[in-house]
Amino acid sequence: MADANPGGRPLSPHLQIYKPLFTMVMSILHRITGGALYVGTLLVVWWLVAAASGPEYFDFANGIMGSFVGRLVLFGYTWALLHHMLGGVRHFIWDTGAMLDVPRAQMLAKLTLAGSLTLTLTIWIVGTLVF
Amino acid sequence: MKAMKTPLKRVRGLGSANEGTEHFWQQRMTALANIPLTLFFVGSIAALHGADYNTVMSYFSSPIVTILMLLTVLSAVIHMRLGMQIIIEDYIHNEGTKVLALMANTFFAVFVGLACAYALIKIGVS
Ligand code: HEM
Repeated sequence: MADANPGGRPLSPHLQIYKPLFTMVMSILHRITGGALYVGTLLVVWWLVAAASGPEYFDFANGIMGSFVGRLVLFGYTWALLHHMLGGVRHFIWDTGAMLDVPRAQMLAKLTLAGSLTLTLTIWIVGTLVF
Repeated sequence: MKAMKTPLKRVRGLGSANEGTEHFWQQRMTALANIPLTLFFVGSIAALHGADYNTVMSYFSSPIVTILMLLTVLSAVIHMRLGMQIIIEDYIHNEGTKVLALMANTFFAVFVGLACAYALIKIGVS
């Protein structure tokens, strides 16, 4: 095998060598929520097409979405959307060059998670109680 | 032959070929647009929670709502296609599989966009 490290320079170990850090988990979560939202757009397509198809099919689709499992999925989708959105805001802050140091990056990560959970719960509680 | 092309000419079309900044820029532009549009979308769905067919139809037949929904779909679909492209390029290293995955990504985004747009316009004009 050819020498993979000709200059004897320090190599970066592979991902699983690292202890999982909170900021790292949050970075991965941004990607996972992005991917989940991608697949989840099919639910939006289904619901809109159902509405465009007429009352019978709409009631059928709505019934499935309103079931326990349906609500669980929609709750997860709400969280993924809001978490990814706040993660995007975090990226915008970093794009300006701000808050890239370790303490503030960690604080920002905590705020993002707390914010997405709070927002999701608030929307579901308000949505269920008020409407 | 080696002196016939300028160094710039030789690297054009290889590597990122300057498309990276445009990808980045569109990702950020759609991300920014997605913030108010997503809030509008989530708010709409929350407000329609438990609503019957007629209520949903009358809400989505307002022109403002249709236009905002179409903008949401457009921005989200461009954004998610760019995002998934990065994920594919990061994890799929076989050239053939990668090209097929990138194509499927585009097909999926166009399908989602057109299906939502058709449904929204059909509800909007009905
Ligand atoms: C709600 C507002 C949204 C904001 C502010 C936002 C922001 C962002 C940003 C800034 C990135 C780039 C991250 C990076 O450079 O590493 C990104 C990636 C991504 N977004 Fe969004 N996004 C939003 C909504 C959505 C929606 C609705 C979808 C899907 C339907 C989506 C799917 C994706 C995907 C698949 C990626 C790629 C993830 C990755 O490369 O790790 N996003 N988003």
